Amino acid sequence: MNHPSHLLPLLVAGPLLGAALLVACGSRLPRAAAEPVGCAVSAATAALAIHLALQSSPPLVEWVGDWVPRDGVSVGIVLVGDGPALGMAALASLLTLAALAYSWRYFDEPPRRHTGSYPALMLLFQGGMCGFAIAGDLFNAFVFFELMSVVAYALTGHRVEEARAVQGALTFGVVNSLGAYALLMGIVLLYARTGELAMTQIGRRLDAYGPPDALVLAAFVLVLTGFLVKAAAVPFHFWLPDAHAVAPTPVCMLLSGVMVELGVYGVWRVYGDVFAGPGGIPAADLHRALLVLGVLTSVVGAVMCWYQRHIKRLLAYSTVAHTGLFLIGVGVLTPAADGGVALYILGHAGVKAALFACTGIVLDRYGSVDEHALHGRGRELRGVAVLFLVGALGLAGLPPFGTALGKALTEEAAGPALTVLFVLVSTVTAGAVLRVAARVFFGLGPRPEEHAAYETTGAGERPETRRRLKRVPDTMSAVPALLLAASLAVGVAPGFAAAVEHSVSEAGSAGAFTSAHWTLAGVLLGLTSTLLAVALAALAVTRREGLPGGAWAGPLRRLQSGHIGDYVAWLLAGAALLGALTLPGVING
Amino acid sequence: MMSVLPYLVAVWIFLAGCYGLATSRNLIHAVGCLAVCQAATYVLLIAVGYRDGATAPVHSDIEPGSRPLVDPVVQALALTDVVVGATVTALLLALILQISKRHGTVDPDELSELRG
Amino acid sequence: MSRRVRLWLLALGGAGLAALLFAACLELPGFGGDRHPYGERAVRESLARRTANAVSSVNFDQRAFDTMGEMTILFAAVLGTVVLLRQTRDEHRAQPAPAHVAPPVRRYALITLPVALLVGLYVVAHGQLSPGGGFQGGVVAATALHLLYLGADYRALERVRPVGLYEVGDALGTSAYLVLGIAGVLAGTAFLANTLLPYGTFNTLSSGGTVPLLNAAVGMEVACAAVVLLARFLDQAVEIEENAVGTEESGE
Repeated sequence: MNHPSHLLPLLVAGPLLGAALLVACGSRLPRAAAEPVGCAVSAATAALAIHLALQSSPPLVEWVGDWVPRDGVSVGIVLVGDGPALGMAALASLLTLAALAYSWRYFDEPPRRHTGSYPALMLLFQGGMCGFAIAGDLFNAFVFFELMSVVAYALTGHRVEEARAVQGALTFGVVNSLGAYALLMGIVLLYARTGELAMTQIGRRLDAYGPPDALVLAAFVLVLTGFLVKAAAVPFHFWLPDAHAVAPTPVCMLLSGVMVELGVYGVWRVYGDVFAGPGGIPAADLHRALLVLGVLTSVVGAVMCWYQRHIKRLLAYSTVAHTGLFLIGVGVLTPAADGGVALYILGHAGVKAALFACTGIVLDRYGSVDEHALHGRGRELRGVAVLFLVGALGLAGLPPFGTALGKALTEEAAGPALTVLFVLVSTVTAGAVLRVAARVFFGLGPRPEEHAAYETTGAGERPETRRRLKRVPDTMSAVPALLLAASLAVGVAPGFAAAVEHSVSEAGSAGAFTSAHWTLAGVLLGLTSTLLAVALAALAVTRREGLPGGAWAGPLRRLQSGHIGDYVAWLLAGAALLGALTLPGVING
Repeated sequence: MMSVLPYLVAVWIFLAGCYGLATSRNLIHAVGCLAVCQAATYVLLIAVGYRDGATAPVHSDIEPGSRPLVDPVVQALALTDVVVGATVTALLLALILQISKRHGTVDPDELSELRG
Repeated sequence: MSRRVRLWLLALGGAGLAALLFAACLELPGFGGDRHPYGERAVRESLARRTANAVSSVNFDQRAFDTMGEMTILFAAVLGTVVLLRQTRDEHRAQPAPAHVAPPVRRYALITLPVALLVGLYVVAHGQLSPGGGFQGGVVAATALHLLYLGADYRALERVRPVGLYEVGDALGTSAYLVLGIAGVLAGTAFLANTLLPYGTFNTLSSGGTVPLLNAAVGMEVACAAVVLLARFLDQAVEIEENAVGTEESGE
């Protein structure tokens, strides 16, 4: 029997091989066969990821091609199979499975003679995400980062007949590619200094070289720019709402549920393995940078989320807001906060994917995702209404959802001032989702007045199914129900939270073991944000004229111009800001 | 200064590409600018791997150990980078083709569907 | 944002980043320096496995996992292009008209075609020995076929280029690489381990263990992928036309 670490590369090779075979059989394979094959491959990969995650203490390490180091050095590529890596791989695989099941038989007609192309692209996406999650080599991480990006551009633009879809996909592609090239520049700078590509080796060489200088700072800024573009941190975030609003719903589930979070994971991984030592970036500087960007991201995301009427765009901004919270949590730099963020990511993935899935049902039924136009029309979708409502409450952090536990643990680690921010951000984002639920599914309140604003409405969207749904297929409603159940399980399954916390602190450099459990304060905070969200939604629904505070949010909304040039300028400004935030420690060091 | 000039060239190319991207009035031109940004990474990679007086790391016509060799690793990385660049360019151009069909323009100033 | 504001923002961010990168360049080891630890190790290992071209040894042996990702990116981009440039409901195919080609162009293209094709295959086959390999040779071979488009016309090209077959070739090339990788796991060593085959005689075609096989798989993949990619764009340029106004459903 093989050592389990030898199976690590199969997390990548499995889905890729599945995709290649689906394309090879392309024209001969009926659709009814292609989709089960896709589901089976992604399910098998998920099972492998979970199987390996259960054996990941102590962490697995694999040198691909058997290039195990001799005298401490190797020419090969190392893969890391610790808890966080395999956890992210498992999350990506399970969400891919959910997205494939959701689109079972009902998704847009496949291109002629290419029945397997959509499941194949999803499998390639899965392979790319798994590869990025387990990469222990910086250049290898770049390769899989690009693989998942390239597939994501194609999937986002999948509905080529939609004018918005192709525009959103191009914006996504250009901004993310530029971020990736910044990442590569950073990797080359590190290679020039250290002559290594494996992350831990680079870190060791940096420490041996001495205190950090301009080169380390520049490499840090460039590498982080790449990951933060993917994580959609302000001011790198502009592409995300444009892409998420137009991508097919199953793809949104993956983009919001796991791909964006992989950017946060990349920041965590690279800081811990490369820059955490004395030759890297001092902890205080990383803390400052992530705190500032995280607070900006969560506030901007929450405000923009509140003012959307395009439901998918609204959910996209809520992802931006929550990513800000994740970044703050990672910036706290304690094992307890890392564990909290891990749980928060898992819980959020289930809730957010479920909300997107419900929105997709509405789109396919009514041909619109506009909150105003759909007012009261969703009354007949009882089951979907319940799921959407539960999802909104999960987003608010209602105990015992995984989001609530993760949020509570992160809040506890982050301190009282940031706790207020956490509560506010989850209140506002969940309040916006609850407002949508109240209006669309329950027809509450007066129909909002129309006045021309600088905004994207959700009207004129076309259903993703072949024809408008008469009744909701079982797969489409079962998937969000299961996702919500999973998010709930993250919070209540006995021992799960402790296991996640343990594996995260084992993987981090600080090996202090903390135990994760519900606290009274955490439960109360979760209930507070839920109640506030309900109150906020009620307030909004009862008003006829526009949403309160619309005037001062105007300038912020004008920044989201949909113009690639603007976004690129923001990207450079963000990189410069990141440099300025990290500069003090390097000068003093 | 001469010993870091090639690196500065790479930085210059990267920033020039960014300038072009931000000010472009034609999406096809913008994708060209993105390729310019990527060209900066090729220059940086190859510059980092260079060694004075060295030859290509290929032994089909030289005796192993007879001459200094440039770093083969950066060359392999550059090859990967080239493939990535070519494929991304192809995909983005395909999207632009569809944009020009659906919007009737490839001027980013005229695309106003997604905002706010 | 107005153009003016954007330029100011760009200038601000660009200046900050430029200052940072300039300072970083001054700290880099001098150009042409002697210290390349990874490179030296890579050359040593390449010679130990009797692969004359050290770059190929890095690509297909030492860092073969990167190449797997790289090849898959190409595969994914081709699949993405096939999906993005499909014939939509509001479009139809028109038979391309025969084009007039000047006789000297025709003669030149038809003479060069077999030579270029042969060069491409040679470059693939000698990847482990001399500069080149699957990626480079594959592109040469694929573009060679397109000389037919220049020398004759689109219909002639379509006769030698059944796109469906090349799509299958693309997928099979990718599969072959992955299967060779998985063979290592099945044999009880590691994924993509180059320990299954003898390393052969240095500087001959049969040297380097699995390097020539992986190289060939990539060559096949790249050649087919480039053909399919170009076919999709040529289709858009030559064959696919929008339906007349009126029957068209726009995305608005």
